[in-house]
Amino acid sequence: MHLSETATTGYFFLAPWLVFAPVIGLLVNIIFGGRFSEKVIGTVASLASGASFVVSVLLAWSLAAGHGAAVTVPFLEWIHIGNLELDWAFRVDSLSTTMMLVVSGVGTLIHIYAIGYMHEDVRFKGDPGRFRRFFVFLNLFIAMMMILVSGDSYLMLFVGWEGVGLCSFLLIGFWYDMDTLGRPSWANSNAAKKAFVTNRVGDFGFLVAAFLMFWAFGSFQFDEVFEAAHAVAPGVIVAITLFMLIGVAGKSAQIPLYVWLPDAMAGPTPVSALIHAATMVTAGVYLITRSAELYTLVPQAQYIVAMTGAITALFAATIAVGQYDIKKVLAYSTISQLGFMVAAVGMGAFVAGMFHLVTHAFFKALLFLSAGSVILGLERGHHHAEHSHHEQKSKGKGGKSKVEGGHGAHDRHEEVFDPGDMRNMGGLRKTMPVTFWLYMIGTLALAGIVPFAGFWSKDEILLDASLHYPTVYLLLSIAAFFTAFYMGRQIWMVFFGEPRHEAAAHAEESKPIITAPLMVLAALSLLGGALNLPFEGFHQLGHWLEYTLHEVEALPLDLQVAGISTLLALTAIFLSWLIYGRNPLKAGQPDPLKKPLGFIFTGMENKWFVDEGYFAVIINPFKRLSYFLADVVDWRFWHDWFHETVIAGTYNWLSNIGLNLYADQKGIDAFANWLGTATQSLSATLRKVQNGFVRSYALSVLVGVVFILGYLILKS
Amino acid sequence: MIPVEYYIILSAILFAIGVAGVLVRRNALIIFMSIELMLNSANLAIVAFSSVLKSFSGQVFVFFVIAVAAAEVAVGLALMVEIFKAKHSIDVDQMNSLKG
Repeated sequence: MHLSETATTGYFFLAPWLVFAPVIGLLVNIIFGGRFSEKVIGTVASLASGASFVVSVLLAWSLAAGHGAAVTVPFLEWIHIGNLELDWAFRVDSLSTTMMLVVSGVGTLIHIYAIGYMHEDVRFKGDPGRFRRFFVFLNLFIAMMMILVSGDSYLMLFVGWEGVGLCSFLLIGFWYDMDTLGRPSWANSNAAKKAFVTNRVGDFGFLVAAFLMFWAFGSFQFDEVFEAAHAVAPGVIVAITLFMLIGVAGKSAQIPLYVWLPDAMAGPTPVSALIHAATMVTAGVYLITRSAELYTLVPQAQYIVAMTGAITALFAATIAVGQYDIKKVLAYSTISQLGFMVAAVGMGAFVAGMFHLVTHAFFKALLFLSAGSVILGLERGHHHAEHSHHEQKSKGKGGKSKVEGGHGAHDRHEEVFDPGDMRNMGGLRKTMPVTFWLYMIGTLALAGIVPFAGFWSKDEILLDASLHYPTVYLLLSIAAFFTAFYMGRQIWMVFFGEPRHEAAAHAEESKPIITAPLMVLAALSLLGGALNLPFEGFHQLGHWLEYTLHEVEALPLDLQVAGISTLLALTAIFLSWLIYGRNPLKAGQPDPLKKPLGFIFTGMENKWFVDEGYFAVIINPFKRLSYFLADVVDWRFWHDWFHETVIAGTYNWLSNIGLNLYADQKGIDAFANWLGTATQSLSATLRKVQNGFVRSYALSVLVGVVFILGYLILKS
Repeated sequence: MIPVEYYIILSAILFAIGVAGVLVRRNALIIFMSIELMLNSANLAIVAFSSVLKSFSGQVFVFFVIAVAAAEVAVGLALMVEIFKAKHSIDVDQMNSLKG
């Protein structure tokens, strides 16, 4: 390689290390991890992910040096059949590097956080052996996500798409033999199964889209597809984009396939932050942005995408209001925010969508990880409280109420403590101050308060919607209002008021290894808006993505839209203060919204009975159909009747008559028996010769000799 | 000089007598004697040919036959003695314990 070529190629040759750095990390942990201490395992995994981040930075830098011209780094031949040439190539352009930076950057922070988090989690759950497995899965996820964002064809993207789905399944079911509270149950593995099966429904849509693409364009390669797309009928593009939307709905948790994401909270909290908030679920948004050239050709499909996103955003936000689990609230919030992004990319505001994706990755990861810190703090408090209880009991043992004490201990074992339930929290502001402030920053960013990152990105989406899609604008504004409200509710319930459980009263702050990555994320949540400020000359992300996406609109700040959204957010937070902050919830008191809202709150609390509806409409009939197919069709008809009676019966009859009676008994048996009898009778005859008289033997020798000699003489 | 045919005829007669003796007699000793007769009839034929052909190899052969016959008789008589000890008889028709 000579000098000028080196200069133009930059660090692009490093692209495969995006995938291989985490792969090496996971291999090291698989092979040698058994002898490593937890710290070494975590360091190896974090370094592997960090190496990926360094490569991403170098790629972005090289790309910027080359003025954003997309570079394809061929890696190896994969499938060559006829005209189809599929290679594993790394596509480095401004869109994919943006995703790489988010995935590996946030991913590395979460790796570091997970060292501290999993150290405690595996001990609370009582199986420290799974520490290593967690980091192997986490590295595998980073590798798969890198394949997804760096692939240069839809099929390579699909490989990563399925890979992250697998990692999601593995990590949701990480504590597969217990439920979220650590009791033996299959709840977690059922949640994993639900996520996987729901994603399969979406993948089916993606696959159909890919098949249609191949049928229409004869290629999966991004550039070739986009070039050919202009030449085919719009109907085909509509079909492709809408089938792709099914895939997006599955992976990015949009209506109607969002149901898996809340259940996915069964996974450890770093997983919820990394996979189910910051990165994997945004793969759908990335897919639509990547296919921007297809979507912009068909406004009908764009409208459907935008409406799907907007409705999801509002719908999920209403459910989040009625949840009590700290992570469930964030899960529905994630669905809602993903709705914002999908709506944005559906409207053609790809930069706004990607901007929100990036800022959301920062503040939602921050929120989830802080929630993890809260949960751990409560677990510690719970242990602490239990411990002091035991001490008290042993002190009072000599006293009078031995029976009562025993009874009390029995009760305590009956009551299962849920460290994620906000009704058990309260007043954590004093016991966990660092986590409180970090959570506060995340909340303000999510609620869209100036100048936090979420404000700028959400506002850009709202502004775009207000210009082109009034309905979407209305829906998203209401969703933004709910967002601020449920986040306010969460803050008041978790951090303010008085502790509603002794675990909350004894909660302890987390160690620096947990809070340090959170501070980085908090800084990003605070300053992330600077990526794309709506002022002249500050649209960096827009210009960056313009290298890949064409016709990027750089909108100026619209004070009316920004003002309305800020006002809505502030009103919502004030309202939440009126309801939850002014009179803090008491232990055992029902939610104050329950009474005034009545059945509406019951609906929110129970997720609008969507799961039950799916069970009634799809899953139970499907189960009945499967039972019918398995029992009646397969077992009774196919197995019992067709196989046993028809095939086996006919065969038995045929073999009995044709083969057994005639061929076997009268043919082979008869011959074998005759052979036996003949041998017997022959030997009976021959036995008489062997009479034991030496002289008769001598006679036969003589006769034999005479005979042979006679023959020899007469012959010549 | 006596022609060689005479020797052959005598030899054949002796051999036939020996064969008849083996086949008809039941006394083991007599059978042994008949076998000796057959061997010596063969010896007679061999030396007769040897003198006709002016070759000594026939005479050497006969010595070998005599030696083998002597050895055979030694083994055979020993067997007879043992059989007699066991059965108090040397009738070959009674030596039939191995018949099928």
